[in-house]
Amino acid sequence: MNDMRLTERAVTEKAKMSARGVQVHYGTNHALKDVDVDILDKTVTAFIGPSGCGKSTFLRCLNRMNDTVASARVTGKIEMDGQDIYDPRVDPVQLRAKVGMVFQKPNPFPKSIYDNVAYGPKIHGLTRSKAELDEVVESSLRKAALWNEVKDRLAAPGTGLSGGQQQRLCIARAVATSPEVLLMDEPCSALDPIATAQVEELIDELRAQFSVVIVTHSMQQAARVSQRTAFFHLGSLVEYGETGTIFTSPRDPRTESYITGRIG
Amino acid sequence: MTVGLLSLLLLVLAALGFVVGRQKAIASVKGDTRNLHSLPAYYGMGVALFTAVPAFALMLVWLLVQPVLIEAQVTGMILPEDIADGSSRDLVMSDVRRIASGMDVLAERGLPEAEFAKLVTDTTALKTRLADAGVALAADINPHVAEAAAVYRAEVATGRAWLAVAALALAVAGFLLAAMRVTPEFRARNVVEQFIRVLLVAASSVAVLTTVGIILSLVFESWHFFRLYPAKDFFLSLTWAPKFGGGSSLGIWPLLWGTLYVSAIALLVAVPVGLMAAIYLSEYAGPRLRSVAKPALEILAGIPSIVYGLFALMTVGPFLRDWLARPMGIGDSSSSVMTAGVVMGIMLIPYVSSLSDDIINAVPQALRDGSYGLGATQSETVKQVVFPAALPGIVGAILMAASRAIGETMIVVLGAGAAAKLSLNPFEAMTTVTVKIVSQLTGDTEFASPETLVAFALGLTLFVFTLGLNVLALYIVRKYREQYE
Amino acid sequence: MSDATGHVTSLLAPDARTKARNAAERRFRMIGLSAVGLGLLALLVLLSSVLGNGLSAFQQTSVALTIPLDEKKLDKSGKRDPAAMAKVTTVGYGKLIQEALQDMLDQAGVDTGGLKPKELMGLLSKEAAADLRERVLADPALVGTTQTFEAMANGRVDGYFKGRVTLESAKRDANISPEQLELAQRMADAGLIVTSFNWKFLTNPDASELRPESAGLGVAILGSAYMMVIVLVLSLPIGVAASIYLEELAPKNRWTDLIEINIANLAAVPSIVFGILALALFINFLGLPQSAPVVGGLVLTLMTLPTIIIATRASLKSVPQGVRDAALGVGASKMQAIFHHVLPLAMPGILTGTILGLARALGESAPLLLIGMVAFVKDYPAAPPEGFFDPASALPVQVYSWTQRADPAFAERASGAIIVLMLFLLTMNAVAIILRRRFERRW
Repeated sequence: MNDMRLTERAVTEKAKMSARGVQVHYGTNHALKDVDVDILDKTVTAFIGPSGCGKSTFLRCLNRMNDTVASARVTGKIEMDGQDIYDPRVDPVQLRAKVGMVFQKPNPFPKSIYDNVAYGPKIHGLTRSKAELDEVVESSLRKAALWNEVKDRLAAPGTGLSGGQQQRLCIARAVATSPEVLLMDEPCSALDPIATAQVEELIDELRAQFSVVIVTHSMQQAARVSQRTAFFHLGSLVEYGETGTIFTSPRDPRTESYITGRIG
Repeated sequence: MTVGLLSLLLLVLAALGFVVGRQKAIASVKGDTRNLHSLPAYYGMGVALFTAVPAFALMLVWLLVQPVLIEAQVTGMILPEDIADGSSRDLVMSDVRRIASGMDVLAERGLPEAEFAKLVTDTTALKTRLADAGVALAADINPHVAEAAAVYRAEVATGRAWLAVAALALAVAGFLLAAMRVTPEFRARNVVEQFIRVLLVAASSVAVLTTVGIILSLVFESWHFFRLYPAKDFFLSLTWAPKFGGGSSLGIWPLLWGTLYVSAIALLVAVPVGLMAAIYLSEYAGPRLRSVAKPALEILAGIPSIVYGLFALMTVGPFLRDWLARPMGIGDSSSSVMTAGVVMGIMLIPYVSSLSDDIINAVPQALRDGSYGLGATQSETVKQVVFPAALPGIVGAILMAASRAIGETMIVVLGAGAAAKLSLNPFEAMTTVTVKIVSQLTGDTEFASPETLVAFALGLTLFVFTLGLNVLALYIVRKYREQYE
Repeated sequence: MSDATGHVTSLLAPDARTKARNAAERRFRMIGLSAVGLGLLALLVLLSSVLGNGLSAFQQTSVALTIPLDEKKLDKSGKRDPAAMAKVTTVGYGKLIQEALQDMLDQAGVDTGGLKPKELMGLLSKEAAADLRERVLADPALVGTTQTFEAMANGRVDGYFKGRVTLESAKRDANISPEQLELAQRMADAGLIVTSFNWKFLTNPDASELRPESAGLGVAILGSAYMMVIVLVLSLPIGVAASIYLEELAPKNRWTDLIEINIANLAAVPSIVFGILALALFINFLGLPQSAPVVGGLVLTLMTLPTIIIATRASLKSVPQGVRDAALGVGASKMQAIFHHVLPLAMPGILTGTILGLARALGESAPLLLIGMVAFVKDYPAAPPEGFFDPASALPVQVYSWTQRADPAFAERASGAIIVLMLFLLTMNAVAIILRRRFERRW
């Protein structure tokens, strides 16, 4: 995993989501300024930048999680498959089934492992029978590379798993609603290196089915898992392009400073 | 010397101690206070504390113990034949005390002490004299009782005099001892702080002493009761029919039934409304509504239970009777289990909602985010993630509310009725444990009869019930909080 | 993932399931909102019921009489010797009032409807004669002069003007007749019966079953005030001392654990159990007098302590550790750090908690019933400290005893007393809120 695999980066150029002129205000705080980004299909996109640069804020715009923050105000345009997700006719509930999310700290519900994964399919009514639901749970857990570890104790509480397992359970939970885009907000920051490696490997496999957007603090991680990288600084998108290009020949001096460790 | 005057004297002595201690400390270093171990005020405080505190402590203990001792002595002077039929030693002793206090009044009005010796032998004259002094006695005074009263009065006076002597002696001793110890090397601050620490510890044990007092008084008097009335009948009998004069049946079940029935209705009202209100206010309501509704519910919580009782008696009771019970032909009484239950439910709404509010807010936001992130609606999140996560805490809150419902008194006294019944009809008047505690202990009843003492056994039952519920609830809530900390 | 593709629809057109889910969401919201509404409605009904029933207690109808205080009748000796004057009973004064009433009706030309003198007197409170006698005895110089005297109307007449008593109900009433009420109406039309603010409701002592119009809250307010003084003087220092020990000094061990659990449980012990404690300990064991504010004050202190301790500990806890460290750093002892720095900073919170604790104690009635404060007390207690041992009533208990009386006029008084009680509570809570707003520090 240590090589940058620059040669493998054969990516589709089809944009799954596109953001134009996105601004976010939290109360009086202008948290995100005029961001334009295209998220490509079947690609891992990494958002990097120092703390408070707006990368998580932007991520939360993509599935309208900012709606749950009372003081947040989002302007600009974000489209998914050509449809404006901030259109008043769009139900955020339906949107979030298509744009799944994995959070910084593993947050399994205080329920059994099975119920954790089955939660999404149940509320969206994705399955017609118990057998079908069992199938979805199994395939999701397999995709999250957790099946072999938990198949004998699906009824055990999800909170009883180790940190890395919990995070993979959360990924399985998000995968179970068969999203088209998967957002990951620093998914490895609460994990140890071994668990981190497992999750990173998983992200690479998930790319086959969805486009993945990952916010990360770690430039090595961005380099390891992503094909595209966006660098945020002080609420603005500084530079966006192929991961290899960003890390080897950044155009903007701020990007270079960050990558070489001078700001952060 | 009265207690007030004695206290005043002790305070004066203490103030004097402060001045003397301070002056002596300053004098011992010839005014250069830098050579003292502590600030001069600490030397003063030390003397003042050693003067006042032991003396006041002695006074307190003396005042508590003296009546018990004197009573034990005087009660021996009353022979069994002096106690009239239907009376008791306790009643005679209260006569003794009243006569003694009447004599005090006479003495204040200038009756010479020598006169009292004569009066004790001439009980008719004593009775008229006492009537003048405002102490009216029903029957003629038994000579033994008069004698006992005279002795009682003398003993009290002697006791008071000795108290004054002892307290003042202790205060002066403390004063001198502490004042002598004032030298520049004396670590006054440390001693004073140690002293204060002892006082703080004493204050913090008041709470424990209260509990001990509650348990002792309940157990002690219940034990009296069970000597007069078989415990088996109390716990197993299904009838409650006290008859003053003997032959009562005092089964607790009708009262327990009423208590549990009223509490159940109260919880049926309070839990859904309180819980939903808490959920709405913490998950949905905008800041505007919240800023109005929360204080309004707090007002509801701050209203004393007598107000709810009056509300039950004057508004809810007649309303339920005229609009529900009578038209349906199932009851004709304005006080009923339903009346008390509904009003108690209203009282518990803010209690349940504020407890649940705390508990719902303790559910981490991450869980909500996880659910929203999967595309769940807010109500799905509440019902399927927040509520199950908060369930243990909410159960704890409901138990606490149940304990309050069981122990509530004024609402049921005014709203539930007084008839002990085992009935299923909620529109009938029934009674509860707390109502009967009140009715058995108010009014002029003889204290030693089972009909009165049963109140203590009821109180003990009530205490055990509510304590059990509370301990369980506190345990559950504590476990719940630890889970999310 | 086969059905995933079948599920995909446009974001812009919600599918049937989403519509159903959103409907469920709205229903849930409505249920929540109606729960809040129900709570607020209960508060509104409760308050309006109390106000509706009780406001009229602050009004009283009375008759202004001009009474010549005849020396021959009131003080035959003419020496103004109070002892001799006291021999004239209320019956004598009653006659004076009766004559004055008769005169007034004659002068105003109001038709008495053929009512007998005794029936005329039935319009006035039975308390009127006693009031007049008291006034004369208090100031013997009045004898021989002519005084105007506000005689309270009888409770039924009062109730008639407040709508509680009707001509219909008077037919079934042994205490008043429709003819008397008609006369009262004529008197009111002639301006002889007036309604005014009822100060006596706040100052008079309780009155017997037959004179609801003269029953007041004087003794109850005094009794409650005495108890609050005792509660404040005892529970504030003890509570603060206990909290300082537990929060700042106590080592963590079994004993302090026990105290903590104890305090939490004590806060939840039913108030009636405290009443039992007071009865067994203070009255039966220590022999303190029944119905006395001192006993009530002591038991309310024990009940208030946990509240004060919990509030005080919370506000001590909110003082940042840095303040203690800073004081210790310049060489202050632990006690000095606490008493010079931590305690003053925590004081607003402590006072707020204390006021709220006092407010709860003020409204408490159950334990007071058991220590005999329901007794009928007509004499004001003396000034403290002796007065602490005199029989008295308390506001909430007075409400309870009035609800136990048969005459509906007492129900009005009970609600009126509740209004007074709530005004006191409102004031205390407002003070607490202002204190909190004014002095609250955010660290």
